[in-house]
Amino acid sequence: MDLINNLVLGFGVAFTLQNMFYAFFGALLGTLIGVLPGLGPVATIAMLLPSIYALDATPALIMLAGIYYGAQYGGSTTAILINVPGESSSVVTAIDGYQMARKGRAGAALAAAGLGSFFAGCVGTIIIAAFAPPLTELAFKFGPAEYFSLMVLGLIGAVVLASGSLVKAIAMILLGLLLGQINTDVISGVPRFSFDIPELTDGIGFVAIAMGVFGFGEIIANLSRPAEHREVFTKDVKDIWPTRQDFKNAYPAVLRGTALGSILGVLPGGGALLASFAAYTVEKKTKGKPGDVPFGQGNIRGVAGPEAANNAGAQTSFIPMLTLGIPPNAVMALMVGAMTIKGIQPGPQVMTSNPELFWGLIASMWVGNAMLIILNLPLIGIWIKLLTVPYRFLYPAIMSFCCIGLYTLNNNNFDVFMAAGFGVVGYAFFKLGCEPAPLLLGFILGPMMEENLRRALLLSRGDWTAFLTRPLSAGLLIAAALMIVVVSLPSIKSKREEAFHEEA
Amino acid sequence: MKIKSQKDFWSGLMFIVAGLGFAAGATNYSFGTSARPGPGYFPFGLGILLAILGAMVLFKSLTIESEGGDPVGAIGWKPLVLIVAGVVVFGLALPRLGMILSLPILIMIASLAGDEFRLKEVIVNIVVLTIGSWAIFIKGLNLVIPLWPAFMTA
Repeated sequence: MDLINNLVLGFGVAFTLQNMFYAFFGALLGTLIGVLPGLGPVATIAMLLPSIYALDATPALIMLAGIYYGAQYGGSTTAILINVPGESSSVVTAIDGYQMARKGRAGAALAAAGLGSFFAGCVGTIIIAAFAPPLTELAFKFGPAEYFSLMVLGLIGAVVLASGSLVKAIAMILLGLLLGQINTDVISGVPRFSFDIPELTDGIGFVAIAMGVFGFGEIIANLSRPAEHREVFTKDVKDIWPTRQDFKNAYPAVLRGTALGSILGVLPGGGALLASFAAYTVEKKTKGKPGDVPFGQGNIRGVAGPEAANNAGAQTSFIPMLTLGIPPNAVMALMVGAMTIKGIQPGPQVMTSNPELFWGLIASMWVGNAMLIILNLPLIGIWIKLLTVPYRFLYPAIMSFCCIGLYTLNNNNFDVFMAAGFGVVGYAFFKLGCEPAPLLLGFILGPMMEENLRRALLLSRGDWTAFLTRPLSAGLLIAAALMIVVVSLPSIKSKREEAFHEEA
Repeated sequence: MKIKSQKDFWSGLMFIVAGLGFAAGATNYSFGTSARPGPGYFPFGLGILLAILGAMVLFKSLTIESEGGDPVGAIGWKPLVLIVAGVVVFGLALPRLGMILSLPILIMIASLAGDEFRLKEVIVNIVVLTIGSWAIFIKGLNLVIPLWPAFMTA
């Protein structure tokens, strides 16, 4: 059994003292930023990228992964207790979770979220371990044309499933791809769009973009809104353990959420956010027993389903990143960046060239999930205390860490200035209703996409139809086109907009 | 002509300007042929595509009615200017004044951007964050960051 052997190797790596420590640290930090509204995993991982220079690749990635799935746990705490999603993926958890808290059942809601997430996390880990090797096999059959088409599909998928205007989202991808063109052309060695600034010939650092847009831009946006008043249900959290009836009600929702989240996580553009929205919709449509609390008034299924789904989705979104080197969402884009920083070329060869990294990372996810359940349920009191820290203490801290991180990136203040500029750009995006996540995806994939396009055209001697005559490539492009067509259909379009209005 | 969606109008304009800008810039580089694409090939195509999409957004903003005109809303000048200024000043100050001075300056400027400014709290925040950053980044991670002002170490 290869799977068993691989997992043994993985757990061997994950259970070393050093890696356990980094998994714990990542999970802890993830919970922390998940609990704190206004600070997400994208900004946090971007903030930590400079410091991973000091680490080996495996512990570094284990830590960053821990932040992502840890944030899914922490985000639900905030959503349940103060009706503010600590993470975007907990938006729907707030609907029923907060109502449960108001009825004095905060403990049961937190437990349902925590246990549901843990179950989903375990399943997600097994799915990655089982599906990664066959996908990797497939990836080796890909030529440049297939890779290009796959990236087109990935980018289109990322926005089709995301919220907001489709045309604007695609435009944001293109803008990201173009920003990725500011570099030295790999094939001819010509510096492009550098305006004779030497720092720009290496390209814009994606940490500068991520911190500028997701860090500084968001801080400006948060501060320009009037301060909100939060009501924290701290004293109500006593009976953590749910009743037998709660278990009975919640477990089918957890199973459905896990299944849905695992599937949606693998899709381009998927991951935690989409999974939780879909799971909530499914739970709402699924008939409950008579006498159940209606949705929106504190139904435990409305907490358990989405929370299981977002954790499963967070885990399985590692699959396209690990096997194909293609990030399905902004967090995975940063993970690709982190691998590049550590000198690992993301792609199907990672599994064979760095097996201890690949399997160690997967095994560490299970270890991290086990740590998270301990961190989040018995120690819930600590996190509740954190909720009372006002934003005016937080954002100067975020800014300090960002600025120091930006400087240490190249020991140069150029990246600090770049990020300041992107802070302005990020605020403009916020004001104009343009989602910044597709931009980051485009930026990361831009250089890869160009290289594959040009190599494919070289191989086909300039024949563009090569993308359509090669069956695999054609299939991927057709799938991308279908996605656009389907969401543009009037009936689905209005449904899609409705779904995002209702829950956003 | 009336603008029916403020947000889309300005974002459409932004995409057109950015797209045409990149496309124009790309004409400085060899375009190559389809069989041998040069460095200008990909950015030129992308720029044109972006401009077309921008035009679509712009056109939509002028024709399709949106709820309440989709206004951009007031710009938060105070946080915008102060947060960006804080970062820029930090970038300028760090190599000269070291972390021990530039971090307090950053936190002070940033704190002014908020609605509530309480000097005592800001000072506590400065002390905690400066010592914390020293402990994490310089002691813990061994990163090379100037700690003291250049005139003191010279």
